[in-house]
Amino acid sequence: MAEEKIQSQKPSKPLIWNDPTYRALFFQALVLSGVISLGFFLVSNTLVNLERQGIASGFGFLKGTAGFSILMTLIDYSEEDSYFWAFIVSLLNTLLVAGIGIFFATILGFFIGVCRLSSNWLVSRIAAVYIETIRNIPLLLQIFFWYFGVLRGLPSPANSINIFDSYFLNIRGLYSPSPVFEEGFSLIVWALILAFVLIFFISKWSRKRQDETGEQFPVFFASLCVMIMLPFMASFVVGFPLSWEYPVLEGFNFTGGFVIIPELVALSLALSLYTASFIAEIVRGGIMAINRGQTEASYALGLQPRLTLRLVIIPQALRVIIPPLTNQYLNLTKNSSLAAAIAYPDLVLVFAGTVLMQTGQAVEIIAITMGVYLAISLMISAFMNWYNKKMALVES
Amino acid sequence: MELVGRTTGCFRWMQTNLFSTPLNTMLTLISIWIIYISVPPVFQWAFLNADWVGNSREDCTKEGACWVYIGFWFKQIMYGRYPETEVWRINISYLLLVGSLVPLLIPRFKYKGFVTIFLLFVYPVISYFLFIGDSFGLLLVETPLWGGLFLTLVISLVGIVASLPIGILLALGRRSKMPIVRALSIGFIEIWRGVPLITVLFMSSVMFPLFLPEGMNFDKLIRALVGVMFFSSAYMAEVVRGGLQAIPKGQIEAAEALGMNYWNTMFLIVMPQALKMVIPGIVNSFIALFKDTTLVLTIGLFDLLGTIQIIGTNAEWLGFHIEGYVFTAFIFWIFCFGMSRYSMHLEKKLHTGH
Repeated sequence: MAEEKIQSQKPSKPLIWNDPTYRALFFQALVLSGVISLGFFLVSNTLVNLERQGIASGFGFLKGTAGFSILMTLIDYSEEDSYFWAFIVSLLNTLLVAGIGIFFATILGFFIGVCRLSSNWLVSRIAAVYIETIRNIPLLLQIFFWYFGVLRGLPSPANSINIFDSYFLNIRGLYSPSPVFEEGFSLIVWALILAFVLIFFISKWSRKRQDETGEQFPVFFASLCVMIMLPFMASFVVGFPLSWEYPVLEGFNFTGGFVIIPELVALSLALSLYTASFIAEIVRGGIMAINRGQTEASYALGLQPRLTLRLVIIPQALRVIIPPLTNQYLNLTKNSSLAAAIAYPDLVLVFAGTVLMQTGQAVEIIAITMGVYLAISLMISAFMNWYNKKMALVES
Repeated sequence: MELVGRTTGCFRWMQTNLFSTPLNTMLTLISIWIIYISVPPVFQWAFLNADWVGNSREDCTKEGACWVYIGFWFKQIMYGRYPETEVWRINISYLLLVGSLVPLLIPRFKYKGFVTIFLLFVYPVISYFLFIGDSFGLLLVETPLWGGLFLTLVISLVGIVASLPIGILLALGRRSKMPIVRALSIGFIEIWRGVPLITVLFMSSVMFPLFLPEGMNFDKLIRALVGVMFFSSAYMAEVVRGGLQAIPKGQIEAAEALGMNYWNTMFLIVMPQALKMVIPGIVNSFIALFKDTTLVLTIGLFDLLGTIQIIGTNAEWLGFHIEGYVFTAFIFWIFCFGMSRYSMHLEKKLHTGH
């Protein structure tokens, strides 16, 4: 009888202020209204202050004339171009220094990481000294060291360091010969594209043949031959349409060729060395994470050390290495904004520096700058998520 | 070829580690050559051919480094333009800090809780009054006069200590089941993590005055500190999130079974375990923030690196850039290497505890 009484009672509904669902809703409404009112407060203050100081609003300023020159441009730019064009030019400069930095940092980082794992005591200690020194010194200090300390010691153009009579290193930069593309060069470019297409089909065909018959095909050497022979034949047909324009000292300066400015050299050098030390630690962690049993098992199967490394160790190590590696690439791209401290014309110096000073529209400009970096970060994060999903261990 | 006889000893070690194969031998010789061309010249420049004692430019006679430069400007490098008569206030604060950190490092000290509370709540107030002055009979020293290593330490310590509570709240918000709170936390974290610190500093020095009502004016240092605080709290949130993810779900379920509400669970059960696990991560964040404080020279605050840059433009002492950079690098290296060794030691200690 007592049981029926208990069963017939419905579970009592909690009072509304104890019900978790309502409390959650109430709390969220509170947070949202707090954030929105804070937003209103900031925006209204900003509008009042902007009007008080006579600063314009909106993105129309992008059409205004720039009126300033930029030290280094990858595409044509002059003082009459718009602010928007200056934005594009400085963005390309940022991407250039980030690309150079990523390329050299990866190569150097992998090399030093492997050295750190070497069985040779001296080699591994030298690598350790490098990593521990470079990692613990701020990047800005390293940039200043290379730019103000080392590169300022270079000689004047008249006493340049002469390398093979074609490269001249002096305080204004590294002057190099520039290629001059004569008529008919496009045929060589087409030949190169055709070579890549051929290599793609050759590798697919050779893999299919190996699956069916077990015979191996020297894909690497064949591709190398194709990549060299085809453009060579094309250039033979057209008559070698590539000449070089050498820098020549006239008066106090060089004309001809193209110049790599010392700011770019200092920035890429410092960025590469700094990020390489972090990449070396990541590579070391990745390779050490692979079980020794993998190597032993593949030796037991008869695979040579070279093949073991290529087919067993490195693919597994890459799975561990790639996520923190892309994080370091992101850090390098963000650190390239330090170019503002040595006047390399990147996005921050040109857009958030010069353009901001000229137009005074701080809110829009800084929002655009932060937006660009945010977009790059989110793209790299998305790539990493895709890669992680693709490489994730599929456990049945 | 076997070395018959001993298996231990100096020569045997050298044979296995340095000269085991022809390739190894070649690598060893190349490494010795690299050491030979780099270490002796640097040693000569920095120690043997250097001037150590002196008072002015004329004492820099030898061709090596001139450490007289550093000695001459030492006060500025350490304290910036803080008045020399008031430097004792900074020194007292340093002594208090070191004095309260030492008991925390001793493993068997019993009153670590009290010391931590003192450090987190009482010490900042004491230091604030010591540094600024204008009360208790102390002279007022405004923030534009702060500089050198003192300013670097102020910015990094304030950044880390202030970012801890905000970071914890953000990490909890990111793991919350309420969609709005989670969306706001994720948005905040991803925005501040995705932009370079230099743009955050620009934003804080240029845009913050626009956000505030007319008449409210904030010190440039405070604006920079707020920017640094938001930036480092986003990174701290990710570090704490890593710790939260490592707590077994059973802990939270047991707490709920005992009838604890959300906040009790978090602050009595989960947080002590999570924070203890991520102390190495927090120390790493501190190292990164310590190195990042050098960026404040782009908005006109003269920390250690900024002071060295300014000194380098002094007309009487031109040409000593390298000595300045080497000394600054040395100071940063000592701090960062020391802290990273401590964090590795902590990782080993705490790992075996679990």
